[in-house]
Amino acid sequence: MNRRKFLIGGGTAAGALLVGYGFWPSGRLGRANLLAARPGERFLASWIKIADDGRITAVIPHCDMGTGIFTSLSQMAADELDADWKMVQAEAAPSDPLFANSAMAEGFALEGENMTIDSVPGILRGTAMNSMRVIAEYMDLQTTGGSCAVRFTGVYGMRVAGAAVREMLVKAAAARMKVAATEFRTEMSRVIHVASGKSFGYGELAAEAAGYSPSAHPRLKANGEYKLVGKPIARFDIPAKVNGATQYGIDAQVPGMCYGAIRISPVFGGQLVSVNDAAVAGNRGVKKVVRLNDAVVVVADRFWRARTAAEALAPVFDPGANGGVSSKTIHEEQLEALKNGKVKKDFSTGAGADALKNGAVVERTYNVPYLAHAPMEPVNATAFYRNDGTLEVWASTQDGLGSRVFCAKAAGLPLDKVTFHLMPSGGGFGRRLPDLWNFLTYAVKTAMAVPGVPVKLIFTREQDMQHDYYRPNVTSRFRAAVGKDGAPVAWVNEYTTNDDPNAEAHIFYGVPNQFYGTVKVPAHVPTGPWRSVEASWHGFFVESFVDELSQEAKQDPLDYRLALLKDKPRHAATLRLAGEKAGWGTALPAGCGRGIAMVECFGTIVVHVAEVEVAKDGAVKVRRVTTAASCGRAVNPEGFKAQMEGAVIFGLSAVLYGEITIDKGAVTQQNFPDFNAVRLAECPAIDVYIHESDAPLGGAGEPGVPPVAPAVTNAIFVATGVRIRELPIKNHALAAEGRKSSFAAG
Amino acid sequence: MGIRLIVNGIVHELDVEPDAPLLWVIRDELNLTGTKFGCGVAACGACTVHVNGRAMRSCSVPVGSVADAEIKTIEGLGAGGLTAVQEAWIAHQVPQCGYCQSGMIMAVSAFLAENPAPTDEQLGAAITNICRCGTLSRIRAAVRSLASGKGAGERR
Repeated sequence: MNRRKFLIGGGTAAGALLVGYGFWPSGRLGRANLLAARPGERFLASWIKIADDGRITAVIPHCDMGTGIFTSLSQMAADELDADWKMVQAEAAPSDPLFANSAMAEGFALEGENMTIDSVPGILRGTAMNSMRVIAEYMDLQTTGGSCAVRFTGVYGMRVAGAAVREMLVKAAAARMKVAATEFRTEMSRVIHVASGKSFGYGELAAEAAGYSPSAHPRLKANGEYKLVGKPIARFDIPAKVNGATQYGIDAQVPGMCYGAIRISPVFGGQLVSVNDAAVAGNRGVKKVVRLNDAVVVVADRFWRARTAAEALAPVFDPGANGGVSSKTIHEEQLEALKNGKVKKDFSTGAGADALKNGAVVERTYNVPYLAHAPMEPVNATAFYRNDGTLEVWASTQDGLGSRVFCAKAAGLPLDKVTFHLMPSGGGFGRRLPDLWNFLTYAVKTAMAVPGVPVKLIFTREQDMQHDYYRPNVTSRFRAAVGKDGAPVAWVNEYTTNDDPNAEAHIFYGVPNQFYGTVKVPAHVPTGPWRSVEASWHGFFVESFVDELSQEAKQDPLDYRLALLKDKPRHAATLRLAGEKAGWGTALPAGCGRGIAMVECFGTIVVHVAEVEVAKDGAVKVRRVTTAASCGRAVNPEGFKAQMEGAVIFGLSAVLYGEITIDKGAVTQQNFPDFNAVRLAECPAIDVYIHESDAPLGGAGEPGVPPVAPAVTNAIFVATGVRIRELPIKNHALAAEGRKSSFAAG
Repeated sequence: MGIRLIVNGIVHELDVEPDAPLLWVIRDELNLTGTKFGCGVAACGACTVHVNGRAMRSCSVPVGSVADAEIKTIEGLGAGGLTAVQEAWIAHQVPQCGYCQSGMIMAVSAFLAENPAPTDEQLGAAITNICRCGTLSRIRAAVRSLASGKGAGERR
C-alpha cells in the first residue's frame, strides 16, 4: 500500500475490520521502560506512564507543531483516568517501532470503511488487538497529519489507554484490600473504597497496577461524565514559547558541531556541473565543499560562513529536460487536456453526465496555483555520522519514527545504527510530512561526507521556498444543468491531476445526477500535502461554482445552499449558525460584500462568512470572518478556536497573495517579500462558533482552511460584480475604473 | 581585533568578522537560541532583538555596527520572571508553533514602551512580523488587554 496515500488521503484507505486498542504484547513494557521511563516511573500501557510520586505522563506518538495536541490528547487520557490534572504532563514518544501509532492506523482503516468505533460490533472489538499495532509498525507510523491526533490517536488510543489504566489501578487497590473491584470509585488520582472511605493515590498503586494486563475494551465515559474533555485548558507548551526556551530542530546543539549551507539545482531534476572551489579556498572556517548529484553543500564552523561560501561557489547546474517549463505552459497543458484529453471516470450517480441534456447548462473553469508551505522555521536537520558507523539525527519533522527509517535508508544503514531525535516544529502545514524530506536526505549525505563531524544543515529561506513540495496547481471544469427552479439536476466536474482522483471533489449537496472525472497532466514540479490537502483546491472550486449557480438562479447564496441540503441537517445547521452570527442579509456600507462558503474535510464541517471591502483603487480588505464549525464536540474548545483563527489567516495569505510560479523550470519566488503573508494590519475580526452534535470528533488543524478562499472571492463578487476564478486575488484588477474579471466566463 | 558585544547585560569580546549578521552571532557564538532565523532579509521579524531599546531585525544587522550597544534578546527580556507582555501572551494563549513569538514579543515590547495604549491601526502599522500559524487575532487581543491596563488579568 502507498504509505503516504494511506495516511494523508481522505477516505481512500483500504480498511480492515479490526478494532482494538493496539496493546503491547506482554514483555514489551520492559523495553518501553528502558527506552522512555525515568527512575521511579513506569509504563502501565501504551502511551501512559505513572511515577511513584503520582506524576502521570502521556507519551504522545506525534510531533508538536503548535496545534496543542499534546494538551488535548493528555486531556482525553487523563479524563478517562480520573486524574488530577495538576499531576499530568506530556512528552513525545521515542522514534522507535515500539511506539508506532496503532491508533492512527485504526482510525484511517475505519475511515476508509466509512465506519466509526460505534458502528463496530462489540464482539469484534479487541479480537485482533495486535493487528493495528503490526500495521503501524510496518508503516513506521508516527505521523502528525490528516488532522488525526484527537479523532484517531485520541479516540482509539489515549482515551482507551486512560480507561484501561484506571481499571488496572482499581484492580491493584482491590487486591490490597482483598475485596471486589466493583467496590471502588476513582477521583482526582485516587482509588477510593466507597464503603470504608479508604483511598490510595495512583502513585502508590502504580507499581502493582503495572502487573495487570490492560483491557482491550475498558469502560469508556459517556458524554456528560467528562471533567477535563470539553474544557478550555491552558496548553502545556505555551510558557516555554514566550521566553525563547523551546528548542526547535534548528536549535539542536551537538558538541563540535559545524554548519552546512546548501545550493540545490534551481530546476527540479537538474544536475550539478561545476563549482568554483577557488572562490572559497582559504575562507575562514570553511571545512569542506560537498558535491552531491543535484546540489552542493559547504560545511563550515559557523552558518554565516557556510552560507557566504555557498554563494561564492557560484555552482553551475545542468537544468536537464525541464528548463523550458513555465506556469504558462503548465496551465496551457491543463486546459488542452480538459478540452481534448482522455477523461478517466472517478465516480458517478444517476445518469451522470448524460443528464446535462435535462436543463440549461452552466460551464465554468477555475484554477489554483502552486503554493509553498513556508513554515517559519526553514527546514533543517543536524546529522552526526560517527566513525563507528552509527548515525544520529536531530530534526523537526511530522513523523519521528518514519524519519528514523528514512535516514537509515538514505545512509544505507540498518535501523539499529540510527537514532532520531524528534524536535518541536516551527510550523509544519505538511512540509515536514513523510517523504517530503529532501532536508533529511541532504543532511545525511553531508554528514557521511564528513565522518566524525556533526553538521547542522539549514536551508536558507530562499532554498526552502524554491525546494518545497508544493500544493499542486490544479484546473477544474464544471458543467451543471439547471432546472426551472434554479437547482442543478446534473453536476459534472472534471479536473487535472498528476495523481489519483480526490474524494474531496465529491459534493454533499443533493444533486441527482453527478459525474466526476480526471485528466492526467504530469509536471516536473514536486507536490505534496499542504494544510487541508485536496480540500484546499476542491473547496475553492465547488464553493465558487455553487455560488455562481445561485447567482445564475438569482437566489440568495445561503438559501440556495440550504435548499440543496435537505438531507444534511448537520450541514444545514452549521450553515444557518454562521449566517445568523454573521448578520447575513443585513445592510453593509457601499463597496462591501459578504460571501459564504462551506467545506467538510477531516471529519469537520466549516462555514466561513467573509465580509470584504473593495476600495475604489481595488484594494481588498477582509474586515470580518465569522466561522461556524461542526466537529462533534471540541476536546479543548479554546484550542479548537485557535486552530480556526489560524486557518483563517493561513487561508487569507493564500487567497490574497499566495502563488508559486514556474519560469524556465524553476520557482520564481525567493522569500517572503514575493511570497507574502497577511500581517496584523490586515487581520480581520475573527469570531468562531462551535456547532455541537453527537457526530464523531472531527479534526481541527486543517478544516478551517478550504472555505476561506471561496468565502472571500464570493464576497468580492457581491462587492464588485467581479468573479474571481483563478487565484490569487492580487493578480486581478479590481479598481472601480475598468473593473472586469481577468478571465472570461467558462 | 575583536568586537565588544553587550548582550543581556553581559559583555562579550568576540573574534568575529564585523559583517557577520548579529542574528548568527547571537545564536552560534553565544548559543542564545531564542532568537530565530526566519528569512534572512528583514522581511519576517522572527529575529527581532532590542538594540538600545529599539526593535531591530538582527538577521540584517552587521555585528560590527552594534559594538558597544546594549542588546537585549528574548532570554533577557524579563528580569528573572515574565514581563506583562509575556504574561498576556500566556493569558490569551497566543502561540501555536511559537517560532515567530520571540520576535513578536520583542517587537511588541519595544513598541508598547513608546506607545503604551495603541489603537489597532497603530499596532498594525508598527508590527509587521509574520506568523504563519496565524496567531494575529490573539496577538491583537493580548495587546488590547495591555493597552487597556487589564493585562494578563483579562481573558478574552
